[in-house]
Amino acid sequence: MREEIIVSGRMNPMVDPHLQIWHWQIPLYLFLGGLAAGILFFAALFYINGKEKDNPAAVKLAPFLTPILLIFGLIALFFDLRHKAFFWQLYTNIKLQSPMSWGAWTLMVITPVSFIWCALHIKELLPKWDWKYDWLKALETFFNRYKKALAWVMLIYSVILGIYTGILLSAFNARPLWNTSILGPLFLASGMSAGAAAILILSRSKEEKRRFAIIDLIIIGIELFLIVHMFMGFLASTQVQIEAARLFLGGPYTMSFWIFVVIIGMIVPAVLEILELRKFHVPAVVAAILVLFGSVMLRFIIVYAGQASRWLY
Amino acid sequence: MRYAMAVDTKKCVGCSDCVVACQTENKVPVGYCRDWIVEVTDGTYPQLEMEIRSERCNHCENAPCVRCCPTGASHFAEGGIVLVTPNQCIGCGACIASCPYDARFPHPDGHVDKCTFCIHRIKNGLKPACAAVCPTKCIYFGDLDDPNSEVSVILKKRKSKTLIPEAGTVPHLYFLI
Amino acid sequence: MTNRRDFIRITAYGAGAFAMSGGFLQAVKAFSSPEKSGALKVDLTRTPTYCEICFWKCAGWVYKSEDGKIWKIIGNDEDQHCNGRFCPRGTGGIGMYADEDRLKTPLIRTGERGKQVFREAGWDEALEYIASRMKTIKANHGAESLALFTHGSGSSYFTPLLKAFGSENIAEPSYAQCRGPRDDAFLWTFGEEVYSPEITDIRDTKCLVLIGSHIGENMHNGQVQEMSDAIDKGATIITVDPRFSTAAGKSKYWLPIKPSTDIALLLSWIHEIIYNEYYDKKYVERYCLGFEQLREHVKTFTPEWAYGITTLAPDLIRKTAREMADASPAVIVHPGRHVTWYGDDTQRTRAIAILNALLGSWGRRGGFYRPVRITLPSHPMPEFPVPGKTWTDLFPGQYGAATGVVSNAMIDASIPGNNPGYPIKGWIVNGTNLINTIPNQANTLNAIQNLDLLVAIDTMPAEITGWADVVLPECTYLERYDTLRTGPHRKPAIALRMPATEPLYDSKPGYWIARELSKKLGLENYFPYEKQEEILDWQLKQIGSSLDEMKKTGVKTFEREADDLYYAPDEEVAFATDSGKIELYSAAFEGLGFDPLPKYTPHEEPPDGFYRLIYGRAPMHTFGRTANNAYLTDLMDENTVWINPKIAKIWDLANDQYIWLQNQDGVTSEFPIKVRITERIRWDSVYMVHGFGHAQKQMKRCYGRGASDTQLITRALVDPLMGGTGMRGNFVTIVTEKAEKEVAS
Repeated sequence: MREEIIVSGRMNPMVDPHLQIWHWQIPLYLFLGGLAAGILFFAALFYINGKEKDNPAAVKLAPFLTPILLIFGLIALFFDLRHKAFFWQLYTNIKLQSPMSWGAWTLMVITPVSFIWCALHIKELLPKWDWKYDWLKALETFFNRYKKALAWVMLIYSVILGIYTGILLSAFNARPLWNTSILGPLFLASGMSAGAAAILILSRSKEEKRRFAIIDLIIIGIELFLIVHMFMGFLASTQVQIEAARLFLGGPYTMSFWIFVVIIGMIVPAVLEILELRKFHVPAVVAAILVLFGSVMLRFIIVYAGQASRWLY
Repeated sequence: MRYAMAVDTKKCVGCSDCVVACQTENKVPVGYCRDWIVEVTDGTYPQLEMEIRSERCNHCENAPCVRCCPTGASHFAEGGIVLVTPNQCIGCGACIASCPYDARFPHPDGHVDKCTFCIHRIKNGLKPACAAVCPTKCIYFGDLDDPNSEVSVILKKRKSKTLIPEAGTVPHLYFLI
Repeated sequence: MTNRRDFIRITAYGAGAFAMSGGFLQAVKAFSSPEKSGALKVDLTRTPTYCEICFWKCAGWVYKSEDGKIWKIIGNDEDQHCNGRFCPRGTGGIGMYADEDRLKTPLIRTGERGKQVFREAGWDEALEYIASRMKTIKANHGAESLALFTHGSGSSYFTPLLKAFGSENIAEPSYAQCRGPRDDAFLWTFGEEVYSPEITDIRDTKCLVLIGSHIGENMHNGQVQEMSDAIDKGATIITVDPRFSTAAGKSKYWLPIKPSTDIALLLSWIHEIIYNEYYDKKYVERYCLGFEQLREHVKTFTPEWAYGITTLAPDLIRKTAREMADASPAVIVHPGRHVTWYGDDTQRTRAIAILNALLGSWGRRGGFYRPVRITLPSHPMPEFPVPGKTWTDLFPGQYGAATGVVSNAMIDASIPGNNPGYPIKGWIVNGTNLINTIPNQANTLNAIQNLDLLVAIDTMPAEITGWADVVLPECTYLERYDTLRTGPHRKPAIALRMPATEPLYDSKPGYWIARELSKKLGLENYFPYEKQEEILDWQLKQIGSSLDEMKKTGVKTFEREADDLYYAPDEEVAFATDSGKIELYSAAFEGLGFDPLPKYTPHEEPPDGFYRLIYGRAPMHTFGRTANNAYLTDLMDENTVWINPKIAKIWDLANDQYIWLQNQDGVTSEFPIKVRITERIRWDSVYMVHGFGHAQKQMKRCYGRGASDTQLITRALVDPLMGGTGMRGNFVTIVTEKAEKEVAS
């Protein structure tokens, strides 16, 4: 028998007996960021390729959610900080190797962009809107003139934001479950899927709904592929990553992951969307809500399970 | 200059003096610790082997905690000592999650805390508190770049290992085996 | 100046860390990052002390922060006991001072004994109460009916008080519950005991043999340090233990002996050493008496014979005997310290003494050195009255070989039904928690209920203070002067303890308490000085030092007068035995009616489903003295019961599961204990660390944490030679679900 015990010390709260440094704040932050990224991505994409007329919810309506989502995300991140008075240190330093720093700066760019995007479309939402001050009107004109450039910035930064939500975790070599580069694309895809679902809920246009149902289906397909790929990668890797995969393959997170994330969050909505596309009358909203739910659960489960995975020594 | 520490597992009795000495020297609040003791027993009675280790921050050369810190609070000080500057730390927890050794913890004041190799003592020519107090003298400390330092000499003389070398962090905490 | 300012800032940060928890306000405070801070050497006030957490009494320095608070305790580099390195308990000693559960004021019992109903009292009232009861006892039964149980520094004051009062019934449980058999065995063999700190020359030994002695788990500082030096020098360590102790883990040979059979092993080692002519012939011829009788006695005790008893392979016994011989005389068969195991402990440690004599290690480098100590002149004082009776009159004819006072005899004499020669009616208990020290708690409590007076003097509430009539709060060692430490060592040395700070609460130094009580008893002429430092200064001046000097140095080491740490090659040594020789064969024992040579007698074995209860130490605790220390409970806050995986399987136990233990007399542990399934313990035994499972609720950190082995040690195997209470003859079984709390009898 091999017996390995900690004789003394190591009673640090939130680190022992296993890491529990991140609670609800970080997964919520990652979800909100991912969702906002998804929405802004589609808004920018359909604006750039000139399909804004066909996709009013995607380009004009849904982006109004994003400043709120991003601000709530930042608030969640702020709640995670334990030395809050020094929050500003995030913005007096640029650390290229730190995903956390990347995230803070990406948000610093994309949050104002989301505000500007909303401002440019506010008159379509509230026809009686008046900017009142001339300098605001001048600003509006200025941004309208460079709207395409703005859309490109938004497109690029939304992808960075979407990937960042996964990279933040995958950069941690110390947590074998997180330490896979699949997590970046997976979280990006999950964010896109959630964004598409949000647009689907808001959309009043049948065509747009249909389009986003198809988009969502494709993304769900990609996500499932990435998940399978991720587990194949784990199982073909070192013992620590095999142990990490076991958290989901018979371990304590098996039920919650496969039921909430994969079945309820991906397979069931995919089936519903296929039925919808095959002209069965299924409320698309149900599928979209399940996708959003699955997207939340994915982050929570990965964040919590990742903290339970560790090097064996 | 590259500071390093070597712990002789053949002499360490796991008394935990290093843990208390660190707590009192550095005023680590009761209930928290910067170093700890691990005991590993292998075999079946009566064919047994035991290894006892006094562990702490490995002051890695390739320190993931320094890399992931968004503010630069976690940094390399002189001699490669990995430190946290409390008033630069925002307490985001990224460095805590990044450490394969779980050597960092959130200080009740909010910032992240960890072993400093007692840099305030080293600067005065003293050994870290754990090395200075150890009744078995099993903790060796010094500069790897100085071939005559206590730690260089013992590492030359004895077989040693580091913890989780496969994590690629290049630890500066060695265990004599 | 910058350095100094930086330093102030770190300490402010540290102090804040203790007092406050996270949040905005604290976060805004200007932190000094540790790496930017400079010097912190000189500007601190430090005061000398020597440690009171255990009997090793290491000398050190108490450092204070700029805010005047005690910061840390560090060993004194000049001190031979610790060489500048304290053990975890000493380092964590500040936790004893800072413990918020300390005794704070004198208490007088107002309810039934043991119900812990007290009222706070002033010192004058409490001392008056004690003095009047003492006088009543003296009037009704004689002064001898008052007994003192003491441990640690307080005995320096309460001992003269008791003697002045007219009683010599002064017992340290460290004799009959701990090291007594060893001291007697060595006294009767070599004419000299092994002292404390033990005179084992471990640092220069080539072979160290530990028999149940778990150096490294017992933090007898100097020994731990020297064992480590010996490991560095490549010494062979041989450990005999049914448990794979830490020391066993460092050993070249581990002998996983069947418990209670050590004498058989020792006899077969003696057999091997004699019959292979491994012994030091010159040494034995010159110094020893009774070799021929010994040779004849061990004739049949071959390794094969021992194998049947000890389960140790004959080859292993032979090899280890050879290792000892090869190292001789630089070999130590360690006498151990806590040796009250099976009731034949004096004889077992006699066998150890004999083995050392054969190997010629006594008085030799790498064996046992010759200690020296400074004798301090004591201040002229009136003669103590000669008591009419002593403890030997309690149960005449018993324990003839005892050289100390047998605490359990005094406890037994407090119970009228035992028909003692005269009754013990009052106890003063200082620094020892008798309830968890003396086996058979029911007996101790019965004795207490028959007393006219029970005074407990301690720093912490403990089980014993709960039973007391009067509780007196002593201040901790960091808040008081004490007598100078003059313990024996390689060089003569003294060490000073002085207060680092004023006593907290209404606690007082032991000297003050004894002196004030002496006034109430009209015995103040035995305590002529108001302040202890006046005596210390007077004593120090007699030996060419002074209190002022000692305050600066803490320790003063003198040179030996002669180069006699070891015997010179042809030295004639006069041993302080009857014969002046090392008595391998003890005519004295024979005269007292005991075996002149150690014999193996089988001991009772655990019945089916029961396991022998073995207990020991953890390096971070000294029993009750540290049980509630915040720093040390941080390291270890409960004990576990070590169970072999095979046994765990039978009982279907899991790691960390809480169980109760029940002994052969049906006593169940009051509190549950966590299971540790480990290969480190034999299948016929279970092991736990002593000093947990405290039932005193006022010790908030340790109350109910783990189980108390003492509670399960209801059977004491009393050593007929000297009254030691063997405590390894108890067997326990496992209870996974405890029935609804049984009514306490």
